[in-house]
Amino acid sequence: MAIVTYRDALNQALREEMHKDDRVFLMGEEVAVYNGAYKVSKGLLEEFGEMRVVDTPITELGFAGVGVGAAMVGLRPIIEFMTWNFALLAIDQIVNAAAKMLYMSGGQYNMPIVFRGPNGAALQLSAQHSQAWESWFAHIPGLKVVAPGTPYDAKGLLKSAIRDDNPVIFLEGEMLYNTKGEVPEEEYVVPIGKADLKREGGHCSIITSGKMVLTAMQAADLLAKEGIKVDVVDLRTIRPMDVEAITTSVKKTNRAVVLEEGWEICGIGAQVVDYIQRDCFDYLDAPVIRVHQADVPMPYAKALEKAAKPDVPKTIAAVKKVMYIEA
Amino acid sequence: MAAKKKPDVKSNAALNTELLHAMLLQRRFEEKVAEAYALGKIGGFCHLYIGQEAVGTGVMSMLRPDDYVVTTYRDHGQALARGMTPRSVMAELFGRADGCSGGKGGSMHLFDRNLNFLGGHGIVGGHVPLATGVGFAIKYRGGDQCIVCFMGEAAVNNGAFHESLNMAGLWKLPVIYVIENNKYGMGTAESRASSIQHMYKRGDTYSIANAEVDGQDVFAVRDALADAIERARTNYESTLLEIRTYRFMGHSMSDAVSGTYRTKAELEEYMKRDPITLLKNKMNAAGELNDARLADMEKEIAAVVQDAWDFADASPEPPPGALYEDVLVETTSDSPVRV
Repeated sequence: MAIVTYRDALNQALREEMHKDDRVFLMGEEVAVYNGAYKVSKGLLEEFGEMRVVDTPITELGFAGVGVGAAMVGLRPIIEFMTWNFALLAIDQIVNAAAKMLYMSGGQYNMPIVFRGPNGAALQLSAQHSQAWESWFAHIPGLKVVAPGTPYDAKGLLKSAIRDDNPVIFLEGEMLYNTKGEVPEEEYVVPIGKADLKREGGHCSIITSGKMVLTAMQAADLLAKEGIKVDVVDLRTIRPMDVEAITTSVKKTNRAVVLEEGWEICGIGAQVVDYIQRDCFDYLDAPVIRVHQADVPMPYAKALEKAAKPDVPKTIAAVKKVMYIEA
Repeated sequence: MAAKKKPDVKSNAALNTELLHAMLLQRRFEEKVAEAYALGKIGGFCHLYIGQEAVGTGVMSMLRPDDYVVTTYRDHGQALARGMTPRSVMAELFGRADGCSGGKGGSMHLFDRNLNFLGGHGIVGGHVPLATGVGFAIKYRGGDQCIVCFMGEAAVNNGAFHESLNMAGLWKLPVIYVIENNKYGMGTAESRASSIQHMYKRGDTYSIANAEVDGQDVFAVRDALADAIERARTNYESTLLEIRTYRFMGHSMSDAVSGTYRTKAELEEYMKRDPITLLKNKMNAAGELNDARLADMEKEIAAVVQDAWDFADASPEPPPGALYEDVLVETTSDSPVRV
């Protein structure tokens, strides 16, 4: 298998699906002439022309709504946000229009649209550019929410998202674009709604998604050196969530750590813990522990930022805590 | 510049009768809606179109079936004018299974895919970008349709409006933005909300053709549409129309008709220019209408409206299973598609 960056894997998915279906177009800030702020759309303007790779003014609300309108009449838009932080300007279009159109029209207007872009914190971008939005969108019925953590999953899930007849929120990891991994030469898709057991071990389950998959895998490597073997359950899709994958793992290990990039209160981890307490109550040997961002806006200063973010040492500490191992 | 030949939209008896019928149907239908609301058969918010019928009627009378319409929560009259049946609209207002949106949308969310009626929408200005997107899709496919986007005058102060018009002007999209200026955004007069009183001029900011239109005169509305449609079909160009009208009722059924924000005297003054009366007078003067013919029309419409009520009242509630339906669809095909 070829070794491909997360960025190029996404690019391949866009290119393949645009070749496959003329209704698919990409719209957003800097996606065309500039080749994408993060170069995810590199070369697409040249290949598909300006009607299908469309630069927009800086007008998130407006072009998100353009996508919704185009989807209502049969096109399949991919709306790129330069970052999900900017998508808050468009949240009315995502929540009030895209997510509800099918329901409030009594099933007449489905919404084949993908909203995608980088999510979560990078490095020292401070408060307004360093936020993980999973829980915001996962709260909304009518949306699917996808957060791939590897190049393989990024490509396979983006292809599924573009083919999906529903609105899909596609959260890419800003810090993942340069990461590399195996991607098959041949056609494949990764189904939406299926988690992946990224690593197998009997002592504890780490349940995570998106960029935190990398953190969990690094923590697992270090824990293995101490003889602690963990399951890493990569949710891949946040909504609909693969509850069975979570509970199967926890019933085996009897201990769980839930690792997420965002804040604690009403976060994705809160939902995962609820599924665990409902289905695995009698299996648990310790309370579930959550690892997440500190409950503050992201600070700029390097040391403060590090302290605010979930990371490998915090994940290792949490695993040891649920295993009652003195640090 | 040479005078442009306008499409023939001159009045004639048959057409005028159709227009009058459409407007009277909307009026009598909504009077019945008010009655049903008072009886508790209709719930939630319910915004009536009474006084504004010439706008929706004039616009719809100029469109082709394959054109598109998207509108606000004040959508009953426009839905009827576009051709939705009184039965399906009334059943929706009653929250019943036979409603146009299966009872899940209600007054503010009337949809009909067969008529390209892309819904009533409840967030002021929020649907304006959707129209821009439909315009984009028409151009993407190389079609010659247009989309009409109705909005109230309060929407023009909203970012969604400006972002949409900028893109429509920049990209040249076949969108006709229709501001129905009924002078009040709920209870706030236009002069208290907008820095510019002639809001059609906002089109200039975005290189979009614009005009002010008398919205009580159905023929003036039709004339304005003819120009706008030609621009859309032939050059993919947008138009911004400010169609000045007046709502004879409160903002919604739960709001006072007059009071702190407008006087009864003002209301009475505007009601002298009832669009239906103006059309009737014109037809009477031309010998196209008399008392007996009007009485027949009223009688026929009363029966249609009563039938809509009876149908809605007899229509079942949506089944319990409908609660979880229409949240998502099954994705059915991943075969290649060429536009």
